[in-house]
Amino acid sequence: MGVHEVLMCWNIKLQLLAFLLVYQNSAFLLMLCCCSFFIICFYFTSCPFLAQQLTPIIPVLGGALFLFVLGTLLRTSFSDPGVLPRATPDEAADLERQIDVANGTKGYRPPPRTKEVVINGQTVKLKYCFTCKIFRPPRASHCSLCDNCVERFDHHCPWVGNCVGRRNYRFFYMFILSLSFLTIFIFAFVITHIILSSYQKGFLTALKESPVVVCFFSVWSIVGLSGFHTYLISSNQTTNEDIKGSWSSKRGKDNYNPYSSGNIFTNCCVALCGPLPPSLIDRRGFIEADAPQMAPPTNGITMYGATQSQQSHMCDQDQCIQSTKFVLQAATTPLLQQHSSEPVIITSSPENGTSLPARASLTLGGPCSSLPLGQPTPPTSTPSLSCHEATDMLPIHGHALNHTHPLQEQAALHHYLTPEEVPSPPGMLHCGSPLGHSHTVQTSFYNPASQDSLHEDSVRGLVKLSSV
Amino acid sequence: MAETHSLQDLQQPAVSSKVFVQRDYSSGTICKFQTKFPSELESRMDKQQFEETMQTLNNLYAEAEKLGGKSYLEGCLACLTAYTIFLCMETHYEKVLKKIAKYIKDQNEKIYAPRGLLLTDPIERGLRVVEITIFEDRNIGSGR
Repeated sequence: MGVHEVLMCWNIKLQLLAFLLVYQNSAFLLMLCCCSFFIICFYFTSCPFLAQQLTPIIPVLGGALFLFVLGTLLRTSFSDPGVLPRATPDEAADLERQIDVANGTKGYRPPPRTKEVVINGQTVKLKYCFTCKIFRPPRASHCSLCDNCVERFDHHCPWVGNCVGRRNYRFFYMFILSLSFLTIFIFAFVITHIILSSYQKGFLTALKESPVVVCFFSVWSIVGLSGFHTYLISSNQTTNEDIKGSWSSKRGKDNYNPYSSGNIFTNCCVALCGPLPPSLIDRRGFIEADAPQMAPPTNGITMYGATQSQQSHMCDQDQCIQSTKFVLQAATTPLLQQHSSEPVIITSSPENGTSLPARASLTLGGPCSSLPLGQPTPPTSTPSLSCHEATDMLPIHGHALNHTHPLQEQAALHHYLTPEEVPSPPGMLHCGSPLGHSHTVQTSFYNPASQDSLHEDSVRGLVKLSSV
Repeated sequence: MAETHSLQDLQQPAVSSKVFVQRDYSSGTICKFQTKFPSELESRMDKQQFEETMQTLNNLYAEAEKLGGKSYLEGCLACLTAYTIFLCMETHYEKVLKKIAKYIKDQNEKIYAPRGLLLTDPIERGLRVVEITIFEDRNIGSGR
């Protein structure tokens, strides 16, 4: 389960707070602060002068533009970019079986799995994602920062704090376009201010009063980025494809972009005005925290089917809780508190058998005894954590062992990353256990020594945040 | 009294196996499923019916993702209203998804459930696969 699934399942206040504080989206916060700083600077320095000398429409227009920029930025940051939910265990097992049959190999890890498909006359390779256990659709890519496969993956933008993919590309484009208009607007009027006031005060004095230098650099970088994305849209390419040169003619004479319609106008329309598909992860049937009863079966399915969907709903909810706990823990606790406590085994449920061969151990007890916890239970069941009313005493399964993203975020490199090139983000786990992208080795994820403090603080974090 | 093959008849069946029909990417990134008849279903149903179901599903998804005047208009209108219009109305895609859900329910009731099969709506699997659950055939002598 990735970042987005965690965010989608709690109430909005918790989501926002988690996003802003927990994932340490410092670049995103910086972006917000910078934009606000510039507009405030502009308002205080140049606007009074310009409003008097020229027209009061200038600050109004500036304000409107700024609000638009903010709106698109928030929309880009908080919308689902087109995350592909992970395969269910049954699907994964079925795929594995098919691949084994095709490869003729069993046992040891087989070579990277690819499938070739011909699209519009071009041969495209579909890669198998080991984390999500699916064959990625064309143009999809796995983002190591968000730990999700994203459809039509463009890039992970640290300034926006989110991946840019199929569902939010248009918002991202509108954001950078409006931001370039805003920066050009501010720059132009700051220059005007300098020129006009230099008649009265002299050039150097006027220059000192205006934030012109900073404006200058930001104008060129933002305008450049907008220009680049305009080119990408008109040729129907993603940043990812452009960087890799997938459709470049340098690769071969017959290499062309099979997704482009050939017409610039059509490409633009498709990218910006095409239908917006709904989010695939909203549909996983997350139940609200305060309604622990099972979601009603769909399609009039049989009792068995109902049970099955109930189980998967429960599992999703548990995954959600578990992931959020760790996410909060990552923000609120310094790890590496060495306690020795009695270990409790949390097992993977039978559904997740293929991905969790090892058992991880969690320690509960010791400092946690002040909290109303369930007793450590025998290996076949899981302890129930009735720590907080929002969790509603739902049992925790071991599914979240798969998910490394909350701690990845801490040390995530904030720059444009082509996906797949960072299989294991460096320095992720503070508890000192190395963690690769491989989901099969999970024992290292839980450091028994730090689990009790982890648990206690994550609970405190939950309680604190839910009161916001 | 005629015996109706309602779903309530299938009380607590056991799942024998699951068949997954994967996506067909030969037409690009649009949502399309393979229409090839899986061998596991050979004993249970007609190849013709299965292909018809898959073809109809593919057509419905194509309708959802269709690029035309209507979808562009909707996109532009949404942009102008800062996407607040979607608080009041559904997107075209969502409307078609509802249609698909209804179609699958229909198909399940009429064709698949009487044969001990169950089609799962692909949207519940993230549009990755069409999952067909095969239940154990307990009513061997019921003359279906």
